[in-house]
Amino acid sequence: MDTTSNQPAKYFISKGIDEFFIGIYDISRFIGQFFKEAATPPFEYQEVVKQCYKVGYKSLSLITLTAFITGIVFTDHSRPALADFGATSWLPSMIGIAIIKALAPLITALICAGKVGSQLGAELGSMKVTEQIDAMEVSAIDPYKYLVVTRVLATTFMVPILTLYSAFIGLLGSFLDVHGKDQTSLTVFIHDAFFKIGYAEITSTLVRSILFGFTIGIIGCYKGFTTTEGTEGVGKAANSSVVIIMFLVFIEEMVIVKFFNPLYMQ
Amino acid sequence: MNNIKETHNHGKEVVISIKGLYKSFDDNHVLQGIDFDLHKGENVIVLGRSGSGKSVLIKIIAGLMKPDKGIVKVLGKDVHKLNKKELIELRLKIGFLFQHSALYDSMTVRENLEFPMRRNIRDISEDKIDEAVKDVLDAVGLAETSDQMPSELSGGQQKRIGIARMLIMKPEVILYDEPTAGLDPLTSYEINDLINEVQKRYKTSSVIITHDLTCAKKTGDRLLMLIDGKFLRQGDFDEVFDTDDERVKGFYDYNFIE
Repeated sequence: MDTTSNQPAKYFISKGIDEFFIGIYDISRFIGQFFKEAATPPFEYQEVVKQCYKVGYKSLSLITLTAFITGIVFTDHSRPALADFGATSWLPSMIGIAIIKALAPLITALICAGKVGSQLGAELGSMKVTEQIDAMEVSAIDPYKYLVVTRVLATTFMVPILTLYSAFIGLLGSFLDVHGKDQTSLTVFIHDAFFKIGYAEITSTLVRSILFGFTIGIIGCYKGFTTTEGTEGVGKAANSSVVIIMFLVFIEEMVIVKFFNPLYMQ
Repeated sequence: MNNIKETHNHGKEVVISIKGLYKSFDDNHVLQGIDFDLHKGENVIVLGRSGSGKSVLIKIIAGLMKPDKGIVKVLGKDVHKLNKKELIELRLKIGFLFQHSALYDSMTVRENLEFPMRRNIRDISEDKIDEAVKDVLDAVGLAETSDQMPSELSGGQQKRIGIARMLIMKPEVILYDEPTAGLDPLTSYEINDLINEVQKRYKTSSVIITHDLTCAKKTGDRLLMLIDGKFLRQGDFDEVFDTDDERVKGFYDYNFIE
Protein backbone atom coordinates (compact mmCIF):
# COMPACT_ATOMS: atom_id res chain seq x y z
CA MET A 1 0.00 0.00 0.00
CA ASP A 2 1.30 3.44 -0.88
CA THR A 3 1.31 5.30 2.42
CA THR A 4 2.75 8.44 0.85
CA SER A 5 -0.19 9.23 -1.41
CA ASN A 6 -1.81 11.48 1.25
CA GLN A 7 1.37 13.53 1.70
CA PRO A 8 2.74 14.12 -1.79
CA ALA A 9 4.74 17.25 -0.93
CA LYS A 10 6.49 15.60 2.00
CA TYR A 11 7.06 12.49 -0.07
CA PHE A 12 8.67 14.37 -2.94
CA ILE A 13 10.86 16.48 -0.63
CA SER A 14 11.98 13.35 1.17
CA LYS A 15 12.61 11.57 -2.14
CA GLY A 16 14.58 14.57 -3.42
CA ILE A 17 16.77 14.64 -0.30
CA ASP A 18 17.34 10.87 -0.53
CA GLU A 19 18.33 11.15 -4.18
CA PHE A 20 20.68 14.05 -3.43
CA PHE A 21 22.59 12.09 -0.78
CA ILE A 22 22.58 8.90 -2.86
CA GLY A 23 24.02 10.99 -5.72
CA ILE A 24 26.75 12.39 -3.43
CA TYR A 25 27.58 8.87 -2.26
CA ASP A 26 27.67 7.49 -5.83
CA ILE A 27 29.90 10.24 -7.15
CA SER A 28 32.24 9.91 -4.14
CA ARG A 29 32.64 6.23 -4.96
CA PHE A 30 33.17 7.10 -8.63
CA ILE A 31 35.95 9.54 -7.68
CA GLY A 32 37.49 7.01 -5.27
CA GLN A 33 37.53 4.44 -8.07
CA PHE A 34 39.31 6.95 -10.33
CA PHE A 35 42.26 7.34 -7.94
CA LYS A 36 42.44 3.58 -7.40
CA GLU A 37 42.36 2.75 -11.12
CA ALA A 38 44.66 5.63 -12.11
CA ALA A 39 47.33 4.35 -9.73
CA THR A 40 47.28 0.70 -10.85
CA PRO A 41 48.67 -0.73 -14.11
CA PRO A 42 48.10 -1.29 -16.97
CA PHE A 43 48.24 2.37 -17.96
CA GLU A 44 46.54 3.46 -21.18
CA TYR A 45 49.17 6.00 -22.31
CA GLN A 46 48.11 6.06 -25.95
CA GLU A 47 44.48 6.68 -25.10
CA VAL A 48 45.44 9.48 -22.67
CA VAL A 49 47.44 11.19 -25.45
CA LYS A 50 44.54 10.77 -27.88
CA GLN A 51 42.11 12.28 -25.37
CA CYS A 52 44.54 15.14 -24.60
CA TYR A 53 44.52 15.93 -28.31
CA LYS A 54 40.72 15.87 -28.39
CA VAL A 55 40.36 18.06 -25.29
CA GLY A 56 43.20 20.44 -26.05
CA TYR A 57 43.64 20.90 -29.74
CA LYS A 58 39.97 20.77 -30.60
CA SER A 59 39.07 23.43 -27.99
CA LEU A 60 41.83 25.75 -29.14
CA SER A 61 39.93 27.78 -31.74
CA LEU A 62 36.99 28.45 -29.41
CA ILE A 63 39.25 29.44 -26.54
CA THR A 64 41.36 31.67 -28.80
CA LEU A 65 38.33 33.57 -30.02
CA THR A 66 36.67 33.89 -26.61
CA ALA A 67 39.83 34.92 -24.75
CA PHE A 68 40.81 37.45 -27.41
CA ILE A 69 37.38 39.10 -27.38
CA THR A 70 37.26 39.06 -23.56
CA GLY A 71 40.65 40.81 -23.42
CA ILE A 72 39.50 43.59 -25.75
CA VAL A 73 36.02 44.04 -24.25
CA PHE A 74 37.20 43.94 -20.62
CA THR A 75 39.87 46.54 -21.37
CA ASP A 76 37.36 48.76 -23.13
CA HIS A 77 34.84 48.52 -20.28
CA SER A 78 37.47 49.24 -17.62
CA ARG A 79 38.97 52.29 -19.31
CA PRO A 80 36.25 54.91 -18.46
CA ALA A 81 36.24 54.01 -14.76
CA LEU A 82 40.01 54.48 -14.52
CA ALA A 83 39.91 57.59 -16.76
CA ASP A 84 37.62 59.29 -14.22
CA PHE A 85 40.53 59.16 -11.75
CA GLY A 86 43.17 59.89 -14.37
CA ALA A 87 44.57 56.41 -13.86
CA THR A 88 44.45 54.86 -17.34
CA SER A 89 48.14 54.04 -16.95
CA TRP A 90 47.04 51.44 -14.39
CA LEU A 91 44.95 49.69 -17.04
CA PRO A 92 47.55 47.00 -17.98
CA SER A 93 48.17 46.22 -14.35
CA MET A 94 44.48 45.84 -13.58
CA ILE A 95 43.87 43.80 -16.73
CA GLY A 96 46.83 41.54 -15.87
CA ILE A 97 45.40 40.77 -12.44
CA ALA A 98 41.86 40.30 -13.77
CA ILE A 99 42.82 38.02 -16.65
CA ILE A 100 45.52 35.90 -15.01
CA LYS A 101 43.88 35.53 -11.61
CA ALA A 102 40.19 35.38 -12.46
CA LEU A 103 39.07 35.49 -16.08
CA ALA A 104 41.41 33.00 -17.77
CA PRO A 105 40.71 30.06 -15.42
CA LEU A 106 36.97 30.75 -15.33
CA ILE A 107 36.50 31.35 -19.07
CA THR A 108 38.56 28.27 -19.95
CA ALA A 109 36.68 26.10 -17.44
CA LEU A 110 33.27 27.31 -18.64
CA ILE A 111 34.14 26.79 -22.31
CA CYS A 112 35.52 23.33 -21.58
CA ALA A 113 32.41 22.58 -19.49
CA GLY A 114 30.27 23.33 -22.53
CA LYS A 115 32.46 21.73 -25.15
CA VAL A 116 34.23 18.87 -23.38
CA GLY A 117 31.88 18.13 -20.45
CA SER A 118 28.82 17.79 -22.66
CA GLN A 119 30.79 15.72 -25.17
CA LEU A 120 31.93 13.31 -22.45
CA GLY A 121 28.39 12.98 -21.09
CA ALA A 122 26.95 12.35 -24.55
CA GLU A 123 29.76 10.06 -25.78
CA LEU A 124 29.85 7.77 -22.75
CA GLY A 125 26.06 7.98 -22.36
CA SER A 126 25.61 6.85 -25.93
CA MET A 127 28.10 4.01 -25.40
CA LYS A 128 26.21 3.01 -22.26
CA VAL A 129 22.74 2.85 -23.83
CA THR A 130 24.01 1.01 -26.93
CA GLU A 131 25.71 -1.57 -24.66
CA GLN A 132 29.21 -0.69 -25.93
CA ILE A 133 30.40 -0.33 -22.33
CA ASP A 134 28.94 -3.76 -21.48
CA ALA A 135 30.62 -5.13 -24.62
CA MET A 136 33.96 -3.83 -23.35
CA GLU A 137 33.38 -5.43 -19.97
CA VAL A 138 32.55 -8.87 -21.39
CA SER A 139 35.62 -8.60 -23.64
CA ALA A 140 37.66 -8.60 -20.40
CA ILE A 141 38.52 -4.90 -20.78
CA ASP A 142 37.99 -2.61 -17.80
CA PRO A 143 35.76 0.15 -19.25
CA TYR A 144 36.38 2.42 -16.26
CA LYS A 145 40.12 2.36 -16.79
CA TYR A 146 39.91 2.69 -20.56
CA LEU A 147 37.14 5.29 -20.82
CA VAL A 148 37.01 7.21 -17.55
CA VAL A 149 40.59 7.32 -16.25
CA THR A 150 41.99 8.37 -19.63
CA ARG A 151 39.45 11.14 -20.15
CA VAL A 152 39.70 12.54 -16.62
CA LEU A 153 43.52 12.58 -16.85
CA ALA A 154 43.27 14.35 -20.20
CA THR A 155 41.01 17.13 -18.89
CA THR A 156 43.12 17.47 -15.73
CA PHE A 157 46.31 17.92 -17.84
CA MET A 158 44.86 20.03 -20.61
CA VAL A 159 42.64 22.57 -18.84
CA PRO A 160 45.62 24.21 -17.02
CA ILE A 161 47.54 24.39 -20.31
CA LEU A 162 44.50 25.88 -22.04
CA THR A 163 44.15 28.34 -19.14
CA LEU A 164 47.71 29.64 -19.63
CA TYR A 165 47.07 29.88 -23.36
CA SER A 166 43.78 31.68 -22.72
CA ALA A 167 45.55 34.18 -20.40
CA PHE A 168 48.15 34.84 -23.10
CA ILE A 169 45.52 35.43 -25.78
CA GLY A 170 43.41 37.58 -23.43
CA LEU A 171 46.43 39.76 -22.65
CA LEU A 172 47.22 39.98 -26.36
CA GLY A 173 43.72 41.27 -27.06
CA SER A 174 44.04 43.74 -24.22
CA PHE A 175 47.46 44.93 -25.46
CA LEU A 176 46.14 45.59 -28.95
CA ASP A 177 43.33 47.66 -27.46
CA VAL A 178 45.63 49.60 -25.11
CA HIS A 179 48.26 50.06 -27.82
CA GLY A 180 45.65 51.30 -30.28
CA LYS A 181 44.36 53.98 -27.91
CA ASP A 182 47.36 54.91 -25.74
CA GLN A 183 50.28 53.86 -27.96
CA THR A 184 51.64 51.82 -25.01
CA SER A 185 54.63 49.71 -26.05
CA LEU A 186 54.65 45.94 -25.62
CA THR A 187 57.53 46.12 -23.14
CA VAL A 188 55.70 48.59 -20.91
CA PHE A 189 52.45 46.64 -21.20
CA ILE A 190 54.11 43.36 -20.16
CA HIS A 191 55.97 45.05 -17.31
CA ASP A 192 52.77 46.65 -15.99
CA ALA A 193 50.54 43.63 -16.57
CA PHE A 194 52.85 41.39 -14.53
CA PHE A 195 53.66 44.06 -11.93
CA LYS A 196 51.33 42.54 -9.34
CA ILE A 197 51.59 38.95 -10.56
CA GLY A 198 53.98 36.64 -8.77
CA TYR A 199 54.52 32.90 -8.33
CA ALA A 200 51.70 32.72 -5.78
CA GLU A 201 49.17 34.11 -8.28
CA ILE A 202 50.33 31.81 -11.08
CA THR A 203 50.27 28.83 -8.70
CA SER A 204 46.77 29.69 -7.54
CA THR A 205 45.58 29.92 -11.15
CA LEU A 206 47.16 26.59 -12.06
CA VAL A 207 45.82 24.81 -8.97
CA ARG A 208 42.31 26.05 -9.68
CA SER A 209 42.64 25.01 -13.35
CA ILE A 210 43.75 21.54 -12.37
CA LEU A 211 40.72 21.27 -10.08
CA PHE A 212 38.41 22.62 -12.78
CA GLY A 213 39.86 20.16 -15.32
CA PHE A 214 39.35 17.27 -12.93
CA THR A 215 35.77 18.41 -12.24
CA ILE A 216 34.98 18.64 -15.96
CA GLY A 217 36.34 15.15 -16.62
CA ILE A 218 34.89 13.36 -13.64
CA ILE A 219 31.39 14.88 -13.84
CA GLY A 220 31.15 14.41 -17.63
CA CYS A 221 32.26 10.79 -17.32
CA TYR A 222 30.05 10.11 -14.29
CA LYS A 223 26.93 11.43 -16.01
CA GLY A 224 27.74 9.46 -19.17
CA PHE A 225 28.66 6.28 -17.34
CA THR A 226 25.44 6.28 -15.32
CA THR A 227 23.10 7.13 -18.20
CA THR A 228 19.78 5.31 -18.33
CA GLU A 229 16.54 5.76 -20.31
CA GLY A 230 17.90 5.37 -23.85
CA THR A 231 18.51 8.28 -26.18
CA GLU A 232 16.54 10.68 -23.98
CA GLY A 233 18.94 9.76 -21.19
CA VAL A 234 21.92 10.66 -23.41
CA GLY A 235 20.53 14.16 -23.91
CA LYS A 236 19.93 14.49 -20.18
CA ALA A 237 23.47 13.27 -19.42
CA ALA A 238 25.02 15.86 -21.75
CA ASN A 239 22.85 18.65 -20.42
CA SER A 240 23.22 17.84 -16.72
CA SER A 241 27.00 17.44 -17.15
CA VAL A 242 27.30 21.06 -18.27
CA VAL A 243 24.96 22.41 -15.59
CA ILE A 244 26.64 20.55 -12.73
CA ILE A 245 30.18 21.34 -13.93
CA MET A 246 29.43 25.07 -14.23
CA PHE A 247 27.82 25.11 -10.80
CA LEU A 248 30.78 23.28 -9.23
CA VAL A 249 33.35 25.47 -11.00
CA PHE A 250 31.86 28.61 -9.43
CA ILE A 251 31.61 26.95 -6.00
CA GLU A 252 35.25 25.80 -6.22
CA GLU A 253 36.35 29.26 -7.39
CA MET A 254 34.62 30.91 -4.44
CA VAL A 255 35.92 28.42 -1.86
CA ILE A 256 39.52 28.72 -3.07
CA VAL A 257 39.49 32.49 -3.43
CA LYS A 258 37.77 33.15 -0.10
CA PHE A 259 39.31 30.48 2.11
CA PHE A 260 42.56 29.14 0.66
CA ASN A 261 44.18 32.06 -1.13
CA PRO A 262 44.31 34.26 2.04
CA LEU A 263 46.32 31.52 3.77
CA TYR A 264 49.38 31.94 1.57
CA MET A 265 48.85 35.19 -0.33
CA GLN A 266 49.91 37.61 2.40
CA MET B 1 35.10 -27.98 -5.93
CA ASN B 2 34.94 -24.44 -7.22
CA ASN B 3 37.67 -24.83 -9.81
CA ILE B 4 37.01 -28.43 -10.79
CA LYS B 5 35.01 -28.82 -13.99
CA GLU B 6 31.81 -30.65 -13.15
CA THR B 7 30.53 -33.53 -15.22
CA HIS B 8 26.88 -34.16 -15.94
CA ASN B 9 25.46 -37.66 -15.54
CA HIS B 10 25.24 -37.94 -19.34
CA GLY B 11 29.02 -38.00 -19.29
CA LYS B 12 29.40 -34.63 -21.01
CA GLU B 13 31.29 -31.88 -19.30
CA VAL B 14 29.10 -29.14 -17.83
CA VAL B 15 30.32 -25.69 -18.88
CA ILE B 16 27.53 -23.60 -17.35
CA SER B 17 25.67 -24.67 -14.23
CA ILE B 18 22.89 -22.58 -12.73
CA LYS B 19 21.13 -23.45 -9.50
CA GLY B 20 18.23 -21.68 -7.75
CA LEU B 21 18.63 -18.38 -9.59
CA TYR B 22 16.36 -15.50 -8.53
CA LYS B 23 16.30 -11.92 -9.83
CA SER B 24 13.74 -9.18 -9.23
CA PHE B 25 13.44 -5.51 -10.18
CA ASP B 26 11.27 -4.00 -7.44
CA ASP B 27 7.99 -5.96 -7.69
CA ASN B 28 8.87 -7.53 -11.04
CA HIS B 29 10.15 -11.02 -10.24
CA VAL B 30 11.76 -11.94 -13.57
CA LEU B 31 13.66 -15.08 -12.54
CA GLN B 32 12.11 -17.28 -9.85
CA GLY B 33 14.30 -20.28 -9.25
CA ILE B 34 16.09 -21.13 -12.49
CA ASP B 35 18.12 -24.35 -12.72
CA PHE B 36 19.93 -25.57 -15.79
CA ASP B 37 23.18 -26.99 -17.13
CA LEU B 38 24.86 -26.32 -20.46
CA HIS B 39 27.04 -29.16 -21.68
CA LYS B 40 30.20 -28.92 -23.73
CA GLY B 41 29.50 -28.55 -27.46
CA GLU B 42 25.79 -27.97 -26.91
CA ASN B 43 23.59 -25.10 -28.16
CA VAL B 44 20.81 -24.39 -25.66
CA ILE B 45 17.97 -22.10 -26.68
CA VAL B 46 16.17 -20.01 -24.08
CA LEU B 47 12.76 -19.05 -25.46
CA GLY B 48 10.40 -16.58 -23.93
CA ARG B 49 8.35 -13.45 -24.46
CA SER B 50 9.87 -9.98 -24.44
CA GLY B 51 10.47 -8.91 -20.85
CA SER B 52 10.42 -12.48 -19.57
CA GLY B 53 13.98 -12.19 -18.24
CA LYS B 54 15.94 -13.95 -21.00
CA SER B 55 18.49 -11.16 -21.45
CA VAL B 56 18.75 -10.74 -17.67
CA LEU B 57 19.66 -14.42 -17.46
CA ILE B 58 22.63 -14.18 -19.84
CA LYS B 59 23.78 -10.89 -18.34
CA ILE B 60 23.88 -12.67 -14.97
CA ILE B 61 25.85 -15.52 -16.56
CA ALA B 62 28.36 -13.01 -17.99
CA GLY B 63 28.66 -11.25 -14.63
CA LEU B 64 27.14 -8.01 -15.94
CA MET B 65 24.31 -8.25 -13.38
CA LYS B 66 24.19 -9.72 -9.92
CA PRO B 67 21.48 -12.23 -9.01
CA ASP B 68 19.39 -11.82 -5.85
CA LYS B 69 19.98 -15.48 -5.02
CA GLY B 70 21.46 -18.57 -6.64
CA ILE B 71 24.70 -20.00 -7.95
CA VAL B 72 26.06 -19.42 -11.47
CA LYS B 73 29.11 -21.43 -12.44
CA VAL B 74 30.85 -20.96 -15.78
CA LEU B 75 33.66 -23.41 -16.62
CA GLY B 76 33.54 -24.50 -12.98
CA LYS B 77 33.94 -21.01 -11.53
CA ASP B 78 31.30 -19.26 -9.44
CA VAL B 79 30.95 -16.04 -11.48
CA HIS B 80 29.67 -13.89 -8.65
CA LYS B 81 32.32 -14.92 -6.15
CA LEU B 82 35.32 -14.15 -8.37
CA ASN B 83 37.55 -11.16 -7.75
CA LYS B 84 38.14 -8.65 -10.56
CA LYS B 85 41.24 -10.37 -11.93
CA GLU B 86 39.63 -13.81 -11.89
CA LEU B 87 36.51 -12.45 -13.60
CA ILE B 88 38.64 -10.89 -16.36
CA GLU B 89 40.40 -14.23 -16.88
CA LEU B 90 37.06 -16.04 -17.08
CA ARG B 91 35.61 -13.49 -19.49
CA LEU B 92 38.42 -14.20 -21.94
CA LYS B 93 36.73 -17.60 -22.37
CA ILE B 94 33.23 -16.17 -22.83
CA GLY B 95 31.89 -14.56 -26.01
CA PHE B 96 28.80 -12.34 -25.90
CA LEU B 97 26.80 -11.24 -28.94
CA PHE B 98 24.61 -8.27 -28.03
CA GLN B 99 21.14 -7.81 -29.46
CA HIS B 100 22.18 -4.67 -31.35
CA SER B 101 25.76 -5.93 -31.86
CA ALA B 102 27.25 -3.15 -29.66
CA LEU B 103 30.12 -2.47 -32.08
CA TYR B 104 32.33 0.45 -31.00
CA ASP B 105 31.03 3.12 -33.33
CA SER B 106 34.14 5.32 -33.14
CA MET B 107 36.32 2.50 -34.51
CA THR B 108 36.55 0.79 -37.90
CA VAL B 109 35.61 -2.87 -38.24
CA ARG B 110 39.27 -3.81 -38.06
CA GLU B 111 39.85 -1.74 -34.93
CA ASN B 112 36.76 -3.32 -33.35
CA LEU B 113 38.26 -6.74 -33.94
CA GLU B 114 41.78 -5.81 -32.82
CA PHE B 115 40.61 -4.04 -29.68
CA PRO B 116 40.11 -7.05 -27.37
CA MET B 117 43.35 -8.67 -28.64
CA ARG B 118 45.55 -5.62 -28.15
CA ARG B 119 44.25 -5.03 -24.65
CA ASN B 120 44.25 -8.62 -23.44
CA ILE B 121 47.35 -10.12 -25.04
CA ARG B 122 50.42 -8.13 -24.07
CA ASP B 123 53.26 -7.86 -26.60
CA ILE B 124 51.28 -9.52 -29.38
CA SER B 125 52.89 -9.08 -32.80
CA GLU B 126 51.22 -7.18 -35.64
CA ASP B 127 51.45 -10.31 -37.82
CA LYS B 128 49.46 -12.34 -35.32
CA ILE B 129 46.82 -9.62 -35.09
CA ASP B 130 46.57 -9.44 -38.91
CA GLU B 131 46.26 -13.20 -39.13
CA ALA B 132 43.55 -13.37 -36.44
CA VAL B 133 41.56 -10.51 -38.01
CA LYS B 134 41.72 -12.15 -41.44
CA ASP B 135 40.71 -15.51 -39.97
CA VAL B 136 37.60 -14.23 -38.20
CA LEU B 137 36.56 -11.95 -41.07
CA ASP B 138 36.82 -14.93 -43.44
CA ALA B 139 34.83 -17.04 -40.97
CA VAL B 140 31.93 -14.57 -41.07
CA GLY B 141 32.34 -13.88 -44.80
CA LEU B 142 33.02 -10.14 -44.53
CA ALA B 143 36.71 -9.77 -45.40
CA GLU B 144 35.98 -6.69 -47.55
CA THR B 145 34.53 -4.62 -44.69
CA SER B 146 37.65 -4.27 -42.54
CA ASP B 147 38.12 -0.53 -43.20
CA GLN B 148 34.45 0.39 -42.94
CA MET B 149 32.80 2.04 -39.95
CA PRO B 150 30.03 0.10 -38.17
CA SER B 151 27.47 2.72 -39.25
CA GLU B 152 28.20 1.82 -42.90
CA LEU B 153 27.19 -1.81 -42.35
CA SER B 154 23.73 -3.38 -42.61
CA GLY B 155 22.09 -4.95 -39.54
CA GLY B 156 23.08 -8.43 -40.68
CA GLN B 157 26.67 -7.38 -41.35
CA GLN B 158 26.87 -5.77 -37.91
CA LYS B 159 25.71 -9.05 -36.36
CA ARG B 160 28.39 -10.93 -38.29
CA ILE B 161 31.10 -8.49 -37.19
CA GLY B 162 29.79 -8.82 -33.61
CA ILE B 163 30.26 -12.59 -33.95
CA ALA B 164 33.74 -12.07 -35.44
CA ARG B 165 34.71 -9.79 -32.54
CA MET B 166 33.88 -12.44 -29.99
CA LEU B 167 35.48 -15.24 -32.03
CA ILE B 168 38.81 -13.44 -32.19
CA MET B 169 39.49 -14.30 -28.53
CA LYS B 170 38.55 -17.96 -29.21
CA PRO B 171 35.88 -18.30 -26.52
CA GLU B 172 34.76 -21.66 -25.13
CA VAL B 173 31.28 -20.44 -24.24
CA ILE B 174 29.15 -18.07 -26.32
CA LEU B 175 26.09 -16.16 -25.16
CA TYR B 176 23.86 -14.91 -27.99
CA ASP B 177 21.26 -12.26 -27.14
CA GLU B 178 18.53 -12.33 -29.81
CA PRO B 179 20.91 -13.03 -32.73
CA THR B 180 18.20 -12.67 -35.40
CA ALA B 181 16.19 -9.81 -33.88
CA GLY B 182 15.41 -7.07 -36.40
CA LEU B 183 16.76 -9.01 -39.39
CA ASP B 184 14.89 -10.03 -42.53
CA PRO B 185 14.15 -13.78 -42.97
CA LEU B 186 17.01 -14.42 -45.42
CA THR B 187 19.59 -12.65 -43.27
CA SER B 188 18.23 -14.47 -40.22
CA TYR B 189 18.72 -17.71 -42.13
CA GLU B 190 22.37 -16.80 -42.81
CA ILE B 191 22.96 -15.89 -39.17
CA ASN B 192 21.46 -19.22 -38.06
CA ASP B 193 23.85 -21.01 -40.41
CA LEU B 194 26.74 -18.98 -39.07
CA ILE B 195 25.86 -19.91 -35.46
CA ASN B 196 25.94 -23.60 -36.43
CA GLU B 197 29.21 -23.15 -38.33
CA VAL B 198 30.78 -21.44 -35.32
CA GLN B 199 29.68 -24.30 -33.08
CA LYS B 200 31.28 -26.87 -35.42
CA ARG B 201 34.44 -24.98 -36.34
CA TYR B 202 35.33 -23.50 -32.93
CA LYS B 203 33.80 -26.31 -30.77
CA THR B 204 31.91 -23.78 -28.69
CA SER B 205 29.02 -24.26 -26.27
CA SER B 206 26.29 -21.64 -26.49
CA VAL B 207 23.25 -20.20 -24.79
CA ILE B 208 21.03 -18.57 -27.41
CA ILE B 209 18.32 -16.20 -26.25
CA THR B 210 15.56 -15.76 -28.80
CA HIS B 211 11.86 -15.59 -29.50
CA ASP B 212 12.42 -16.59 -33.13
CA LEU B 213 11.29 -20.22 -33.41
CA THR B 214 13.07 -20.72 -36.75
CA CYS B 215 16.33 -19.76 -35.08
CA ALA B 216 15.45 -22.02 -32.15
CA LYS B 217 14.68 -24.98 -34.39
CA LYS B 218 17.69 -24.50 -36.64
CA THR B 219 20.38 -23.84 -34.05
CA GLY B 220 19.20 -25.43 -30.81
CA ASP B 221 20.15 -28.87 -29.51
CA ARG B 222 17.83 -28.31 -26.53
CA LEU B 223 15.15 -25.71 -25.80
CA LEU B 224 14.14 -24.14 -22.50
CA MET B 225 10.85 -22.23 -22.36
CA LEU B 226 11.00 -19.37 -19.86
CA ILE B 227 7.54 -18.45 -18.62
CA ASP B 228 6.67 -16.60 -15.39
CA GLY B 229 10.28 -16.68 -14.24
CA LYS B 230 10.71 -20.45 -14.55
CA PHE B 231 11.60 -22.97 -17.23
CA LEU B 232 8.13 -24.33 -17.87
CA ARG B 233 9.15 -26.77 -20.62
CA GLN B 234 12.42 -28.22 -21.80
CA GLY B 235 13.57 -30.76 -24.34
CA ASP B 236 14.04 -30.81 -28.09
CA PHE B 237 11.88 -28.62 -30.33
CA ASP B 238 9.04 -31.13 -30.77
CA GLU B 239 8.98 -32.12 -27.09
CA VAL B 240 8.68 -28.52 -25.94
CA PHE B 241 5.72 -27.74 -28.18
CA ASP B 242 3.93 -31.07 -27.66
CA THR B 243 1.63 -29.63 -25.00
CA ASP B 244 -1.84 -28.21 -24.50
CA ASP B 245 -0.52 -25.32 -22.42
CA GLU B 246 -1.89 -22.23 -24.17
CA ARG B 247 1.11 -20.10 -23.17
CA VAL B 248 3.41 -22.46 -25.09
CA LYS B 249 1.04 -23.27 -27.95
CA GLY B 250 0.35 -19.57 -28.53
CA PHE B 251 4.05 -19.00 -29.07
CA TYR B 252 4.22 -21.75 -31.69
CA ASP B 253 0.98 -20.78 -33.45
CA TYR B 254 2.05 -17.17 -33.90
CA ASN B 255 5.41 -18.09 -35.41
CA PHE B 256 4.27 -20.81 -37.80
CA ILE B 257 0.55 -20.50 -38.44
CA GLU B 258 -0.95 -17.04 -38.03
